[in-house]
Amino acid sequence: MPTKEEVFEKVRDALVEALGVDEEEVTPEATLVGDLGAESIDFLDIVFRLEKAFDIKIPRGELFPEDVLTNADYVADGKVTEMGLAELRKRMPFANLDEFEKNPVVQDFGNVLTVADMCRFLETKVEVTD
Amino acid sequence: MRWYWIDRFLEFESGRYAKAVKNISLAEDHLHDHFFGYPVIPKSLVVEGIAQTGGLLVCEYNRLAEKVVLAKIPFARFYGEALPGDTLTYTATIEFVNKDGAMISATSHKGGELHAEMEVVFAHLSEDYAEKTLIDPATMVHMLRILKAYDVGRAADGSPLVEPCVSDGRLRFEDLSPARPDSSEE
Repeated sequence: MPTKEEVFEKVRDALVEALGVDEEEVTPEATLVGDLGAESIDFLDIVFRLEKAFDIKIPRGELFPEDVLTNADYVADGKVTEMGLAELRKRMPFANLDEFEKNPVVQDFGNVLTVADMCRFLETKVEVTD
Repeated sequence: MRWYWIDRFLEFESGRYAKAVKNISLAEDHLHDHFFGYPVIPKSLVVEGIAQTGGLLVCEYNRLAEKVVLAKIPFARFYGEALPGDTLTYTATIEFVNKDGAMISATSHKGGELHAEMEVVFAHLSEDYAEKTLIDPATMVHMLRILKAYDVGRAADGSPLVEPCVSDGRLRFEDLSPARPDSSEE
C-alpha cells in the first residue's frame, strides 16, 4: 500500500518522463497544461505510465472528461452550462473547479487539472496509507 | 512510392516484441543530399523505421482491426551516425497496449553497438474515423508478408504466426492462438 508521498513521487516521475520537465517543476499546485505544457496527446502517454506505475486501469475520460466538453447538452457558446458543471463536479470530485466555475470557458478547462488533483484521483483508485 | 524503412523482420513475437533490420544503401537517393560528400541515414528515418517495427507489431496484435497512428516520441537518443553499408537492427518491445493506443520502447543497434534508443506512443484512432481507410487490410497483410513477419513470427502461445486470408477486403483469421489478454476485460 503506497503512502501519499509515494503516490506523488510516482506521479512526478510519470510527468517528468512524459512531458520532459524537471522534477522541481512538478509541484502539487502546478497545472498540467499551463505550467507543465501538456498537450492532448500527452494525456494518453501520462495515462499509460500511471496505469503501469500503479497497476490499475484508467478508462478513457475518467481522469479528463473530454466527452463532457464536446457534448451539446453541456456546452453553449463556448462555455460549460450549469448542467455541464454539475456533470464535471460529479465526474471529477478530486479536482477544485471553483475558479473555473466563475468563468467556465471550455478552452480554459485544460488549465484546471493540477498535479495535486491527479494525486487525489489516484488515491481514489489505490489504497493509500498516510 | 513505397515507404519502407525496414527490410525484414528477424523475430516477431506477437504482442511482445519484434526485431527488424534496415540495410543502408547508396542506392537510396536522399543520401546523396544528406549530406553531400558524407552520406548518413537521417535520424528521422531511423525513428520512422522503429515506428514501423513497433507499429506493425501493435497492428498485428490488434488483428489489424485498429487504425494505429504514430502519435508521440517521448524521447529519442542517438549515439552516433549510420552510414551506407551499415545494417541497423531495430528491437521494439510493447510496454503497454489497450484500446486507446500503445507504447513501445525500442533500440537501434549497429552491429553490437547501441546506436539509438527511444520510446514511441501510438494512438488508435476513434470511431470518428471508422469510415476512413488509412491502409487497407490487404496492404497491411502484404507488408507483413514481404517483411517476412509470417515466416519468423510466433503467436502468443508459441505456435507459428498464421497469415490471415483476405477476401472481399476483409480478413479472416484461423483462431489458433488463445484470446488476447485485454479482450476478456472489455
